[in-house]
Amino acid sequence: MTRRLAYYVPAVAVFVGVLGLWELVVRAFGIQQFLLPPPSAIAFAFVEHFDELTTVGRNTLVEAVGGLVIGGVAALVVAFATARWVTASRTLLPFAIAANSVPIIAFAPIMNNWFGILNPLSKMMVVAVLVFFPIMINTLRGLTLVDQASLELMRSYAASELAIFAKVRVPNALPYIFTALKVSATLSLIGAIVAEYFGGSRSVLGQFIITEAAFFRFANAWAAIVVASAVSIAFFLIILAIERVAIPWHASARIADSS
Amino acid sequence: MFRAARSSLSLFVVIGALAVLWEVVKLLGGDPSEAWTPPFQWTVASDLNMPHVWDIAASFVQPAQRNGPPLGLVLVNAGIFTFREAFGGFVFGAVLGLALAIVFVHSSLLERALVPYVVASQTVPIIAIAPVLVIWLGGGWLAVALISAYLTFFPVTIAGLRGLRSPDPRALELMRSYASSSRDVLWKVRLPAAAPYLFAAFKVAATASVVGAIIGELPSGIRDGLGGAILNFNQFYVSGPPKLWAAIIVAAIVGIGFFALVRVAETVVLRGRVAPSDA
Amino acid sequence: MSDSIVRVRGVDKVFGAGADKTPALQHIDLEIPRGAFVSLIGPSGCGKSTLLRLIGDLTQPSAGTVEVNGKTAHRARLDRDYGMVFQAPVLFDWRTVQGNVELPLEVSAKDRSARADRAKAMLALVELTGFERRYPWQLSGGMQQRVAIARALSFEPAILLMDEPFGALDEMTRERLNIELLRIWKQTGTTIVFVTHSIPEAVFLSTHVAVMSARPGRIIELIPVDLPQPRNDLTREDERYFGFITRVRERLRGREMGRPGAAEVAAS
Ligand SMILES: Nc1ncnc2c1ncn2[C@@H]1O[C@H](COP(=O)(O)OP(=O)(O)O)[C@@H](O)[C@H]1O
Ligand SMILES: [Mg+2]
Repeated sequence: MTRRLAYYVPAVAVFVGVLGLWELVVRAFGIQQFLLPPPSAIAFAFVEHFDELTTVGRNTLVEAVGGLVIGGVAALVVAFATARWVTASRTLLPFAIAANSVPIIAFAPIMNNWFGILNPLSKMMVVAVLVFFPIMINTLRGLTLVDQASLELMRSYAASELAIFAKVRVPNALPYIFTALKVSATLSLIGAIVAEYFGGSRSVLGQFIITEAAFFRFANAWAAIVVASAVSIAFFLIILAIERVAIPWHASARIADSS
Repeated sequence: MFRAARSSLSLFVVIGALAVLWEVVKLLGGDPSEAWTPPFQWTVASDLNMPHVWDIAASFVQPAQRNGPPLGLVLVNAGIFTFREAFGGFVFGAVLGLALAIVFVHSSLLERALVPYVVASQTVPIIAIAPVLVIWLGGGWLAVALISAYLTFFPVTIAGLRGLRSPDPRALELMRSYASSSRDVLWKVRLPAAAPYLFAAFKVAATASVVGAIIGELPSGIRDGLGGAILNFNQFYVSGPPKLWAAIIVAAIVGIGFFALVRVAETVVLRGRVAPSDA
Repeated sequence: MSDSIVRVRGVDKVFGAGADKTPALQHIDLEIPRGAFVSLIGPSGCGKSTLLRLIGDLTQPSAGTVEVNGKTAHRARLDRDYGMVFQAPVLFDWRTVQGNVELPLEVSAKDRSARADRAKAMLALVELTGFERRYPWQLSGGMQQRVAIARALSFEPAILLMDEPFGALDEMTRERLNIELLRIWKQTGTTIVFVTHSIPEAVFLSTHVAVMSARPGRIIELIPVDLPQPRNDLTREDERYFGFITRVRERLRGREMGRPGAAEVAAS
């Protein structure tokens, strides 16, 4: 136990050290608040605007989670449907990978037009498209990159395609799917915030940050940034916890996270 | 050669199929014309929300503003501008990312102290700190490249760390038996072993750098790139919906193009080692 | 041999076509009596695995016929007559030891309680009682391979096909598993076709050793090994045991038949 704690000492030391140094430098050199507010000012802003930050944080989180659900379900459906036809998925994969390198945020204004700028669905759809490709690509890989010997083993039992799918391909894909979900958790929040930049409800993290920054109230903006990043880390940890429960066998034989 | 021909053929097929699908949706639920009244009325499929494919194509040759140069030229220039920012960010990010990975491989103390923050850095919404960076650096090309680098270094650090650790421990022992310096081990064993991992990360980073450049342009007031163009055509969307679509298409081409460029570099550099991974 | 469980007749196997054409097996004739323990031995690349896979209907012959249990190999596979063990255990990470052993039973739609009972019995057979709830990565290599054997035996296959099952294990584990495998063979009465690189292993285990040559892959001789059953550690000290080893070794080196080998000398 103490060994485990000792492992984290350097990280904690860096955290404390950087915050201390930051505070010190800002005070010693009298750096203007709008250039770099000291941590104490950010903490103060956080307390002062706590209620507002909770509201905007919650609204943005709803967009992110909604988008992740929509995009994730769509991605799983497409991947499962195409994985049954090996040639179809082999043809599809390069295009999915190419599509994945399209800067999706460029679609944010389009989604505003399609679904209504004030409708949270417009932000959800940006997130959905953003997470669709990584989840679909990873799922497809997990379903198709199966150990050849496992397939041969199943064939020696005269197993049906359906049995092979249920007993080999799907379990094989689960770690890939969770890897994509962990990446997507962070991505979904960032996507929602960027989408908010293109206008819409004012009661969201993105708009809060923009407004506060525009009025040079940077301590408030930084407080919101901290909230955004904390929410995103929490979201990631929740998915990590679900992964631990859902695929316990994988925790120790952890394969490399593919990105 | 044959493969290249076949894959570019299937590319055209896919793009053609998308265009056809697009127009079919419009036929089913778009705006009525004299010749045809669609059976459904979908707002999404209206000419405002989904301009005809040929209108988007035509917008490239029409002037972007009255008496100005054609939109296509404007967008190509914007695309080059954004690509330059993205490339700058990519180089910054890749160098920083690899440097961090090398440091972490050699110092477990620094690894334990800093890697959590490397990971946490990616949860910070970059668009939110962009305004701050722009004020610090005086809104210019460099600020955008740095924002882009912020998104780029992360995959390189993570993959680099994994790649530098990937050599067979026996290979490292063999090098130790030659009493080679850690610098030799780095150059002769670790970096070559990490190359495939790094290229996989570079491909992710190429995409991220374009995204970073576009996002970076938004709050920094730079209007010469694609981010600026998207913002601009979004503002005047009602007067010319195809223009925004044209800008998005160019953004997609820049993103895919940068990715393809890294992919080609990978094939050349890793020639004869492993089949290039498809991601 | 009237009661042959495997009849391989005039089988050729050619991989690829045109310039890449590789003849892997040439004119293979092989009859395996029911209940026998047959080892295939030969240099690397001589087609041992290919022959095994042909018998198991995991690949099809280019010419000739393969008959198993009185039917085509394909029919035999659909009737679930095979148990397979490869060099790697090929266990599923996401299943417990018991779950892995139950896998073939699930595929053949046995009901749950019958599955559990059968899996427990098979795990007892390979002496892994108490490990049912463990995951494969919690076991040593030898234990994993024993799970693979239990799994292969779980639906009482008519024939067990094993491709270098102990090839990746250390010598001590291998010798122990050899004895266990013989016990299982006796207890279940199944027929075993066993691919190996090791001459002593082949002689120790088998009732017949099929010696193969490379390029083209052929069976040079099917040597009956009539060492007394049951075999045990004493067998390894038997003079005739060494005689058979020498004989197999000489056949592998390609000595002419007809010249009295050390085996005959030792046997007489
Ligand atoms: N799927 C395949 N495609 C092409 N050639 C193969 C294939 N499988 C085996 N071979 C070739 O057939 C020959 C016999 O292989 P194998 O049966 O694996 O040999 P062994 O198991 O005796 O080492 C080898 O030359 C091998 O290269
Ligand atoms: Mg083999």
